[in-house]
Amino acid sequence: MAESTIFEISSPGRVGVKYPKCDVPEYELPKTLVRKQLPMPEVSELDVIRHFTRLSKMNYSIDSGFYPLGSCTMKYNPKINEVTARLPGFALTHPLQPVDTIQGNLALMFELQDWLLEISGFSGITLQPAAGAHGEYVGVMIIRAYHDDRGEKNRRKMLIPDSAHGTNPASSAMSGFEVVPVATDKNGNVDIESLKSVCDENVAGLMLTNPNTLGLFEQNILEVIHIVHDAGGLVYGDGANLNALLGIVRPGDLGIDIMHFNLHKTFSTPHGGGGPGSGPVGVSKHLIDFLPSPIVGIIEEASEDFPPYYGFVEPKKSIGRIKSFNGHFGMMVRAYTFISMYGKEGIRKIAEGAVLNANYLMALVQDKYKVAIKRPCMHEFVLEGHWSTAPDIHALDIAKRLMDYNFHPPTNYFPLIVPEALMIEPTETESKETLENFADALLKIADEAKNEPQLLKEAPHNTPVGRLDEVKAAKDLVLCCWIPDNLN
Amino acid sequence: MFIPHSDADIAEMLKKIGITKVDDLFTDVPEKLRYPELNLPEAVSEMEALKNLQEFAYANDSTQDLICFLGAGAYNHYIPAGVDSIISRGEFLTAYTPYQPEVSQGTLQAIFEYQSLIASLTGMEVSNASHYDGATAAAEACVLAYHHFRGKRNKFVISKGLNPQYRETICTYFQGYEDVNITGYEHTDPFESDDYLLSQIGTDTAIVYVQYPDFFGQIHDYTKFAESVHEKGALLAISVNPLSLGLLKPPGEFGADIVTGEGQPLGIPLSFGGPYLGIFATTKELVRKLAGRLVGETVDKNGTKGYVLTLTAREQHIRREKATSNICTNQGLMALAATVYMSLLGKQGLNQVAKLNFNKAHYAAEQLNQIEGFRVIQKGPFFNEFVLKCPETVENLNALLLDFDIIGGFDLSKYYPQLPNHMLVAVTEVISKDEIDYFVNSLKEVING
Repeated sequence: MAESTIFEISSPGRVGVKYPKCDVPEYELPKTLVRKQLPMPEVSELDVIRHFTRLSKMNYSIDSGFYPLGSCTMKYNPKINEVTARLPGFALTHPLQPVDTIQGNLALMFELQDWLLEISGFSGITLQPAAGAHGEYVGVMIIRAYHDDRGEKNRRKMLIPDSAHGTNPASSAMSGFEVVPVATDKNGNVDIESLKSVCDENVAGLMLTNPNTLGLFEQNILEVIHIVHDAGGLVYGDGANLNALLGIVRPGDLGIDIMHFNLHKTFSTPHGGGGPGSGPVGVSKHLIDFLPSPIVGIIEEASEDFPPYYGFVEPKKSIGRIKSFNGHFGMMVRAYTFISMYGKEGIRKIAEGAVLNANYLMALVQDKYKVAIKRPCMHEFVLEGHWSTAPDIHALDIAKRLMDYNFHPPTNYFPLIVPEALMIEPTETESKETLENFADALLKIADEAKNEPQLLKEAPHNTPVGRLDEVKAAKDLVLCCWIPDNLN
Repeated sequence: MFIPHSDADIAEMLKKIGITKVDDLFTDVPEKLRYPELNLPEAVSEMEALKNLQEFAYANDSTQDLICFLGAGAYNHYIPAGVDSIISRGEFLTAYTPYQPEVSQGTLQAIFEYQSLIASLTGMEVSNASHYDGATAAAEACVLAYHHFRGKRNKFVISKGLNPQYRETICTYFQGYEDVNITGYEHTDPFESDDYLLSQIGTDTAIVYVQYPDFFGQIHDYTKFAESVHEKGALLAISVNPLSLGLLKPPGEFGADIVTGEGQPLGIPLSFGGPYLGIFATTKELVRKLAGRLVGETVDKNGTKGYVLTLTAREQHIRREKATSNICTNQGLMALAATVYMSLLGKQGLNQVAKLNFNKAHYAAEQLNQIEGFRVIQKGPFFNEFVLKCPETVENLNALLLDFDIIGGFDLSKYYPQLPNHMLVAVTEVISKDEIDYFVNSLKEVING
């Protein structure tokens, strides 16, 4: 039974919140500027709470079950994060308040900058970008600004491995780069010959995801970076998969020049049904001057009696402002809380737990599913969701059938270089038992695929709705609720 | 804590994998760089973490401690308790982007309702599932316009009344487009007339960007303006304060092609600048060029109504370098907050709260205008913000006002050097008449001090 829309449950005269009476005189707005109709719902508070509570129950979430979406790092989002982000001293501060009154916020941002630099091995950082893709755009703009500043405006070729996230080529194209693909070799690494063949004096950089989207650590990482640097290019690291590297190796130490973080993946801030994310960007020494402004700095060093005085600073050759205000501060508070609870020794346990879980899960299912590239994986791995003995079954069918077993499906059809890809990332917060239950479901489905393929083709069976007609959605393009006449 | 493995678990898992120690999983990592010593503090417990974070929070003076007359793109509004109650639910909070519609109907229907509410409020035909914030939405609108004309129209005429941070963001976004010419940065009259803006438009103009109410709080009637923009063949984009639309004629009625805006006033806490909500609505004609997520209605195989992400073929994960935007998230949870907020207030509440803002700002302006040496300079009607010319620098006044527990208005000279001593004062529904009177008296004391 579908849930009515908020417009459909509207009833004239109802209101969900009462405001105080106006305690000042009323003023006139010219009639031509006054709106005549306000077609918004009229509902009570209880109507609203029930409606959205019912909707919430139609969602799968980390809080309700295992969410092995490859490349998305759906780890548990600690509840304490939600408490700290809502502390009135944070949540009720205006972004343009005098810096005297927001030293706590600035100190937190400064310390988080420091911690992220320590974890990643970079020299400078901005916390401003709103999401991973936004951070990536900042990254490619910095690369462009760097080459332009050196008088090398010819460097407009961005090298992107064919296994990369779609945002890599999209961000590069938005910034005026020509996208040049680089092949992947049979071991899942960047193909060195392919890379060498496109490295010339017009190369701006390489966008490298490491571990890559096959979940594999780039075995020739130092050589790859060396080749690009030798050609005068910069190496951009896509930090989407940083969870596998925490405390294991620092991207900056590997020679990567610039990288975005995903606070909403690696550092446990909630995904919120598609955002908000947060995508800080770290850079090596030679790129600090190009960071977007503002960034938090120390204006006056600490003395015996006083803590340091923080303020905003503008990097010398900054690419400029990339959004309003100071970035997703609420997400920074959460990430800070998370890192502080792991500390010096604990950070490495995150990567170890994530990589251990992925390899264990891969070991549990690899007899019945073809692993795309057979090598020990990092935090995730990619299976091929098809069998010659079940010719009609596709990765999508397996994904949908998993829902009947109360699991969220893995990422499917990505990376594009693997046929019928199922990309699985368990994260460190899942227990051995959860992984075993999930593996059992996958193994059962492999049998069902051969014996009862119809079960998969018609899946899911137990969800609020069945498979939805996406063609109809795109053709009819109904993007707004029906609005009852009495609201107009 | 958050990693559940016992030593026994680890031993069993390693055995199944066929290795003897966890380190064996990392042999591909260059040995000399493996396991760096990290200079981070020791781990703390949840109790200690909270205490540490409280210390940071206490080091701030919040709008709970001070009376806030600061706006300039972010506003201190009352947020009904129902909003946080809903967005704190784990089912919404800890879900991912709804790629799997069968198990994401909650998020999808909520976004569908968000799109509907925004379309209604702005008077536009279509809204997307949201952008990062008001600034990035404005930049994406320019990207849309540029591609709409396939790069053949490369001039963006931008009003100085558009939030300066949005203008900066647009400029940053277009660094890679060498042919693009963006106006609005000349150090001329910041209160330039609409006629002056129109005179800037040529056959090379892709988009004209104005704000409603503008950065100075003024409300323009863009009816005729829109006609003139369209006569020149350009797109008209209007950045709005959505809360003002509970009272004001919606920009859709002016004939806007694109409406963007900062959704923070719709139930989202100030939170030192983010996360906020980028509103992005257009005409139906532009829907296929709209960046970001869109949710559409459809049915399942049994004919049951349901919702899916639609027109995804426009997006980066399909089109890769041919996509015109790299956006792959929206501000899901913030859009949900705005949806709950708009639902709770509804038709009456949205109108009432807009009027409260309007009336209180006008009362404050009237009172402030009577202080010797101060003058409200406003050419026409305004909403909840106005410009106050002061007898000395705003920086000085604001420093002194802090002693009275008041956060003064925005110092316009930061963005408009032509406007020294000009304060942008915001007054919202949370400010009482007594607090306005106290502000007026405090300013008098500061000046006569």
